[in-house]
Amino acid sequence: MATQSASYAVGRNPEMGPGGELVASPAAPFDAPEPELGSQTMLVNVGPQHPATHGVLRLVVELDGETVVSVTPRLGYLHSSFEKLGEYRTWNQIIPLTDRMDYLAPLIYNCAYVMAVEKLMGIEVTERCKVTRVVFMEMDRIFSHLLWLGTWSIDVGAFTPFLYAFQQREKVYTLHEAFTGARITTSATRIGGMMADLPEGWTEGVREFADNLPATLDEIDTLLTCNAIHVGRTQGVGAISADEAVNHGLTGANLRASGVPYDVRKDRPYYDYESYDFEVPIGCHGDCYDRYLVRMEEMRQSLRILQQALDRLPDGPMDVPDPRVTLPTKTECMSDMESMIHHFKLITEGIPAPAEDCWFSVEGSKGELGMYVVGDGGPKPVRWRIRPPSFVNLSAIPKLAEGHLMADLIMINASLDIVLGEIDR
Amino acid sequence: MSGASEPPAAAPDFDLVSLGPSGQRDAQGVRATGSEAPHLNPSVAALRERFPGAVLGNQVTAGDEDVVYVDPSRIVEVLRWLREDPGQHYDHLADLTAVDYGGGRPIEVVYQLWSIPRRAALRLKCELSLDALEVDSATAIWEGANWLEREVYDMYGVEFRGHPDMRRILMPDGYAEGHPLRKDFPLRGRFSRAEQTRRALTRDPEDHYAPGEIGGREPQLVAPHDEHADGDPER
Repeated sequence: MATQSASYAVGRNPEMGPGGELVASPAAPFDAPEPELGSQTMLVNVGPQHPATHGVLRLVVELDGETVVSVTPRLGYLHSSFEKLGEYRTWNQIIPLTDRMDYLAPLIYNCAYVMAVEKLMGIEVTERCKVTRVVFMEMDRIFSHLLWLGTWSIDVGAFTPFLYAFQQREKVYTLHEAFTGARITTSATRIGGMMADLPEGWTEGVREFADNLPATLDEIDTLLTCNAIHVGRTQGVGAISADEAVNHGLTGANLRASGVPYDVRKDRPYYDYESYDFEVPIGCHGDCYDRYLVRMEEMRQSLRILQQALDRLPDGPMDVPDPRVTLPTKTECMSDMESMIHHFKLITEGIPAPAEDCWFSVEGSKGELGMYVVGDGGPKPVRWRIRPPSFVNLSAIPKLAEGHLMADLIMINASLDIVLGEIDR
Repeated sequence: MSGASEPPAAAPDFDLVSLGPSGQRDAQGVRATGSEAPHLNPSVAALRERFPGAVLGNQVTAGDEDVVYVDPSRIVEVLRWLREDPGQHYDHLADLTAVDYGGGRPIEVVYQLWSIPRRAALRLKCELSLDALEVDSATAIWEGANWLEREVYDMYGVEFRGHPDMRRILMPDGYAEGHPLRKDFPLRGRFSRAEQTRRALTRDPEDHYAPGEIGGREPQLVAPHDEHADGDPER
């Protein structure tokens, strides 16, 4: 840090006479000699238990005054070794581990995992199951973006949008609970289908949520998008160019804010996403504000997909009619000896997967969520790898925050939309 | 169980949990190595033509995914060509990870590539034998490889030559039990719960606030407190 010349303004603690005249004041502005003070950078530790780090993230920040010289993220506080645990479980037993990674969008993780395993095993799910999973994934994309929106607005200093966003999130929690019995740890999917068929009236609940959300989004839009404080704190902060964003492996809204229209739903369509009518919003500056705008628009686009998927949800079986994959019904088990034996064998032995490897990626709420599964012919994986979008996105934070103020670091971190359960796994 | 398993010290002064299920499963993936091996992605043929010596084989898995086995000593050269050649343009390193099949089989380092403009995927694999777990780093090509390679190092012990900051990332720096995702690593860890607790308690919390932990500035001391903790039962 260079030494700075100081100049003092008149009028600091002036002494007034009884008539109000100036008796004494610090002298007129003067240029002090440059102080020969040694200067050094300062280390500030943010986290792991700090609300602005959005989880147990720890950032060791080197500061020059208030300017960030370097950021060193320290991870692993939530490391649960899910990938190792998975190697000791059958394919279906892994599903509960997946929603604990991204507890902000658990259904996307449930779906992405079984989709990878189904591709490895060569299972084609039923049409009803496909559309149901699209509904689930889009609902949880909104669910996750709403949490991001709430915490983002708190970080920028606005409390009201947080309440509005969480009010809507609560409705998705209720929908989760109505289908799975759990609010966060849904574990809703099974290899070849879902845990159950949709309960009666459930789709009406989703429709109601989808109909009411735009009003809330409009309200938050009014509060934030043109708000001078919000704009001043986010525009031009943490900008990254398109080439650099690709080079750093950014995906999802963080990449699209830089102007790269890469969306797995469009570029590598799965579950007939090419037949849904929706747009992929992109930004052009790659800064925090563009990331905000992209996510806001993504929620509206997800609502469009949600409406279309609900319209086309067909009747029919939810699970594949393949006895090697799908469990017999409870009634069959209780009335039929063969079904009971079959049920027992499927549960205790698991479903074998071929000795191949398979990569399947979906557009998660945080970015490209890849699942890499390696089978060995047995019912357990040799390797189950998650390509964690938040992990790779967070790795760009030293680059994004360098040269910005400490307060900007908080906004940059918020704009990346990370979830530590998935980063540490 | 073959040479993969290696207790951390010759004569440990603590109780070791018996080693895990290494070698119980032995995946025998089919691997076509002939030049006639079928493929779907034209990049495979282009790679064979451009790097005849470096491409060791290829196969198609899970129906439509092309995998190319590459000589580890030339992987960076191959990756750089795939990224920079205008006909290939694999600009997005989707993932970088490793697979340990256990039973003494080589550890595979896996690169998932995706071309955003061309909408094409390609998977490259490098097989590293357990006594030479070293490969050149891809960080010079993709900045995004930085943390992914650190994770592979942390979990498998594969060292990436030329990586700017080759430290553990998820496990603590002083973690002495080895590399958790290796098949010879037991699920509950190498040390007993008592030993794990003792080590955790003897760690100096001041470590976490030292300037040395800013990567790349000062060399990182690995577990400096473990040694004198062992020699000093008072701590």
